Amino acid sequence: MMATSKKILEHEPSEIEMLLPWHAAGTLDARDARRVEEALARDPELAKQYAAIQEEYAETIHLNESLGAPSSRAMQKLFAAIDGEPARKPSVSLNIPARIAGFFARLSPRTLAWSASLGALALLLQAGVIGAMLVKSQNASFETASLSTSEPLTRDLRQAVPPRALVRFAPDARVADITTLLDNYQASIVGGAKAGMFRLQFGDRAMGRDEIAGLMRKLQNEKIVSLAVATP
Amino acid sequence: MSATQAASDNVLIARIAQGDRLAMQVLYGRHHVRVFRFGFRLVRDEQVAEDLISEVFLDVWRQAGKFEGRSAVSTWLLAITRFKALSALRRRKDLELDDEAANAIEDMSDDPEVAVQKKDTSEALRECLTALSPDHREIVDLVYYHEKSVEEVAEIVGIPENTVKTRLFYARKKLADLLKAAGVERGWP
Repeated sequence: MMATSKKILEHEPSEIEMLLPWHAAGTLDARDARRVEEALARDPELAKQYAAIQEEYAETIHLNESLGAPSSRAMQKLFAAIDGEPARKPSVSLNIPARIAGFFARLSPRTLAWSASLGALALLLQAGVIGAMLVKSQNASFETASLSTSEPLTRDLRQAVPPRALVRFAPDARVADITTLLDNYQASIVGGAKAGMFRLQFGDRAMGRDEIAGLMRKLQNEKIVSLAVATP
Repeated sequence: MSATQAASDNVLIARIAQGDRLAMQVLYGRHHVRVFRFGFRLVRDEQVAEDLISEVFLDVWRQAGKFEGRSAVSTWLLAITRFKALSALRRRKDLELDDEAANAIEDMSDDPEVAVQKKDTSEALRECLTALSPDHREIVDLVYYHEKSVEEVAEIVGIPENTVKTRLFYARKKLADLLKAAGVERGWP
């Protein structure tokens, strides 16, 4: 026993070795799973250890499943206690993502479909109005009353648009993580998801080229973002 | 757990925060068995584990409005269960029993007859998993049975992610020692 303990102390596990149990349980992200797979393919000792881990994994599940389930007493006790709780006032401090999710969950599929159709129609109308304004403004550029030069002072509408990007989230990204990221970047989803990519818009002001490049670099470094490309 | 279920758990919590009993029943139905098993493995007493469940879900009823959705609901439930289980253990003060159980298995190495009569590997493994210390047992269960990631285990147990990894590694080493003492050789370490 002493010898074994000494051996344990002498053996410093590698990062990959420590990740093996999560690989067996299938809870590693794609990048780490690939690293472990590659290490297993080239290291027979590691593969032997992984086989032992798979046994442990199977027997841990077996052991837990054999514990059975609680009696109905627990549920009765819980709801008796809930009945004894003071009446709940609707909370206003409920977190926003859950409220949004709850709102949509309460709508029937038919209501949801109608709402989506109306939303699409409103977008089309809006696009039509903006388009008509643009066509009209091609012939008459904006002039200030105080400036009397022969050159009209024009404003390029394209530059005033806040930056947009196509973003692909990591496969294990959670809704809560994505919501937090959108909050942090003051971003909103303006299109998607095509080929797993979402079109995001950032803030409500136009940015310079360098500023946009910095934003993309920052975004690309986010754990839950696997790809971020600026788009017009 | 799928992303869809995690999202719908969040919806249930939002409804519970508004006092929706039906949502509470659904959440209970979905998670109570795993909560019970996690608690049972920690406190090793069926009655205490059953009492834990009602305490855990009553906390959920009371605290649902404060849940921020930063972690999965199942992770939050296990963290509450762990806290309640440790409080119950402190009340019972029977942590010493775990050391006794581990020592009992280690002593088997002195008895050659036990080694000869060794049970099959699966049964021995389950016995040794039961004989691990509470710290080791919970981390093994969280990773293998509750399928929690490194980050989630760190959140439930309240330790850094690197400690999660090393603790599981040494839990597995301890398991290998216990198996060896019970006469089971697996070729690792």
